[in-house]
Amino acid sequence: MQEQIVQMHVNGKPVSGKVEARTHLGDFLRQAVGLTGTHLGCEHGVCGACTVIVDGDAVRSCLMLAVQADNCEVTTIEGIAEDNGSLHPLQEAFRNNHALQCGFCTAGMITSLYAFLSENPNRSDDEIREAISGNICRCTGYQGIVSAAKEAATKMAKVRN
Amino acid sequence: MGVRQIGARVHRVEDENLIRGEGKYLDDIQLPNMVYAAFLRSSMAHAKISITDIEAAQSLPGVKAVFTYDTLPSSLVSKTQLETYPAPIIKQSMLPDLLANDEVAHVGQAIAMVIASSRHIAEDACELIQVDYKALTPVVDVLEAAKPNSQLTHSSLKDNIAASIETKFGNVETAFAECEDSIELSFKQHRGGCHSMECRGVLGDWQQQLGELTLYSSTQCPYLVRRMVSRQMGCPESSIRVIAPDVGGGFGPKAGYYPEETLIAIASKELRQPVKWSEDRKEHFTSTNQQRDQFWNLKVGFKNNGEITAISGHVSHDSGAFLNYGLLLSATTLMPLPGPYKIKNVHVTLDAIYTNTVSTSPVRGAGRPNAAYAMDRVIDAVARHLGIDPAEMRQINLVKNEDFPYQPGSKHRNGSMMTYDSGDYTGMLAMVKEMADYDGFRQQQKEARANGKYLGIGLACFIEDTGMGPYEGVNVRIDVTGNVIASTGATSQGQGHATVISQVIAENLDIDISKIRVEAGDTGKFPHGIGAIGSRTGVNVGISANDAASQVKTKALKLASILLEKSEDELELSDGAVRVRSDSNQFITLADLALQLSPAVAGKLPKGFETAGLEAVSYQTTDYMPHSSGANIAKVEVDVVTGGIKILDYYVVHDCGRILNPMIVDGQIIGGVVHGIGNAMFEQMVYDEAGNPMTTNYGDYLLPLASEMPEIHVAHIETPSPANPMGLKGAGEGGTIPAIGAMINAIEDALTPFDAYVAQYPVTPEYILDLVDGKQVAAE
Repeated sequence: MQEQIVQMHVNGKPVSGKVEARTHLGDFLRQAVGLTGTHLGCEHGVCGACTVIVDGDAVRSCLMLAVQADNCEVTTIEGIAEDNGSLHPLQEAFRNNHALQCGFCTAGMITSLYAFLSENPNRSDDEIREAISGNICRCTGYQGIVSAAKEAATKMAKVRN
Repeated sequence: MGVRQIGARVHRVEDENLIRGEGKYLDDIQLPNMVYAAFLRSSMAHAKISITDIEAAQSLPGVKAVFTYDTLPSSLVSKTQLETYPAPIIKQSMLPDLLANDEVAHVGQAIAMVIASSRHIAEDACELIQVDYKALTPVVDVLEAAKPNSQLTHSSLKDNIAASIETKFGNVETAFAECEDSIELSFKQHRGGCHSMECRGVLGDWQQQLGELTLYSSTQCPYLVRRMVSRQMGCPESSIRVIAPDVGGGFGPKAGYYPEETLIAIASKELRQPVKWSEDRKEHFTSTNQQRDQFWNLKVGFKNNGEITAISGHVSHDSGAFLNYGLLLSATTLMPLPGPYKIKNVHVTLDAIYTNTVSTSPVRGAGRPNAAYAMDRVIDAVARHLGIDPAEMRQINLVKNEDFPYQPGSKHRNGSMMTYDSGDYTGMLAMVKEMADYDGFRQQQKEARANGKYLGIGLACFIEDTGMGPYEGVNVRIDVTGNVIASTGATSQGQGHATVISQVIAENLDIDISKIRVEAGDTGKFPHGIGAIGSRTGVNVGISANDAASQVKTKALKLASILLEKSEDELELSDGAVRVRSDSNQFITLADLALQLSPAVAGKLPKGFETAGLEAVSYQTTDYMPHSSGANIAKVEVDVVTGGIKILDYYVVHDCGRILNPMIVDGQIIGGVVHGIGNAMFEQMVYDEAGNPMTTNYGDYLLPLASEMPEIHVAHIETPSPANPMGLKGAGEGGTIPAIGAMINAIEDALTPFDAYVAQYPVTPEYILDLVDGKQVAAE
């Protein structure tokens, strides 16, 4: 199958690679770029585990082809921590609130919430639940995740102000 | 130091990697020269097959090999999957060929395996394999399959009954003759699949020069996989190392052994290359074990004061196409009866029945949620019949505190009498009623009904046999850097075992948790293990870690006593060193003590220390099974126009004995409740009459989402189990077990004005509307 060259910025660094047109962004990030923190849970766009941030929006990387992300800015879970390596408030809050068990959905939860709370950190419980209603977690029952989002939102709001 | 660890809300040691995206799950592992597997799976539920062409697949560029039943190596001990859980009571044991030979028995059964340079190419090649199907009549419905004149699910069967089992104690005939009243009730239970967010996956790495296989599998039971692959291939266990890396959820079905584990090993051995297979989600729906259907018919005898005296009945249990998991699911369905209720006469039979659908196995709770559901539906049905409040009915029938240790009369599957070791069932009922303001809600319900709003409240009380043996060992070793290495056979799929083990060791050795490294899920690191099933790990591994760490402490004090020339009474272990109590400047570090026990060449071990290393191993186990228990309340509002159900609140009181880490226990409970709510309201694996699975994606098969889940309020009581030295009881499944019953009882309670009887779950909006319309809907 014919291959095409794609280039994009992933977590601030330029990457490029040759891909078949059918290669989705998730596979490209995991296999070509070697960033395996993005997980593929269903590959039909429902579970949300593969969520990454493309040009500021939370996107399911199993539904976007790598060629569609050509020239885009992509942030994965590996790019969420601060530049000095310390945890982002969302990551810290996930640990503090037992918002993860097996950890497989966690990358998608954090990237979804990152995009959602970065836009506006002042959110109600219901809004947070709605925001992650496209991310399935089989372990936690979501309660810890909602608590984590609230804790992180408070910190993120302070940073904004 | 001296910080309390056991019982503290300690943050998990597992989290740092996982929140940074630095976990290592099966599909994240890349080995040099690795190739990829894909499976051609049956598109028919029941057919005779012959493979007419594999050449087109073999000649596709990038394809390395195509395996079929005929081309599997003759060195295999068996080309048919060996029995994982044999039992004499199994009448007809059907197990799949590793790759189907001449007959397929469900959509999704593996027919051929293609190995190629990429997953894409392997899948492309699968499509080029020509299979000739000659359709046989599929049997999809379990009640049809149970009929004596039914079509057969496999040509070789005499009938479709895999096994018939029963639980029987007391004397039901006499009890029914003497009871004052009786009712009959029937219902269908349907539990879905596990749907761990990570699908299954296997990576085989055969090293020819060493004659060794490293097999990575996303499994709950690496030791079981080692044993089965070893037996299947005829290799000694010592030549196979099975590693369960980070596992993205298990919930039961990953505790089995699957043909793919042997097939990937074979492919790697034949090709002398690492071979990886990652199940995709559609395969998960059609090849990973599920739980699915049970039809229950029960007769209940009681006195007019509400005291239930007898239960008899029959369960038709859908085993799916094969008995991959023995009778564990069937046995755990009957064994918990009659739950926390003091009912002296019980006789319930169960037929495990083959159908042309995916094989079944335990899903979180195994058959226990089914048994708990049956009991809580019985209680509510009798309460309604007699006009007694459901909470009062439970108060009347629950085992009382003075009854412990209580033996209901049933037997554990190891043959011993079931014994409820301890608890406070009526206390928990009172507590959950108070938390939920049960009496206040009844008033609220009355007022709401007057305004055309239908509120419901549902109760469920349960017991759970946990911590089953035989063991889950732990080795605690202090190395010459003063770090602690805890190796164990216990394997985690996200439950936080490493944290809990570290807490127990840290408290014993008074050492910082960051100095403890837990090695688990790797048969190369620890010789024996059983598996993460049945809410057993915390109990077994907790007491073993405690014992091993305590032995290490004893050893350290004894050695320090010699080296410091002080009696052991004058010494204490704190912050990584043994210190003289009266003079903190006199101490010897654990690192130095470890060095003394690992001397250089020609060095000597100190006298009295004939075993090398500052370490100890323990395989402690429970005397009998500690029983967790609990009481739950669900509050719902049912919209009788749309059939929609809103869960208003959910309350849990749980008793898992002494709690090791409340944060982790609450996480298990809340996650477990949501799994039960999923069973009650959403999850449904649907087949059409031809045996085609109709729900093979998350648009069709619904899982609980954050937007629909209520706030779950959890409280605990701690009655320590006398069955083990730490007083522990299991906590992994106690959220799920009662939740379906609490939910369905709440929904039915809301529909009291319509005289509705909920005969099945999951309850869909359509089903609710049928109930509202007054249709007496039978289980179907």
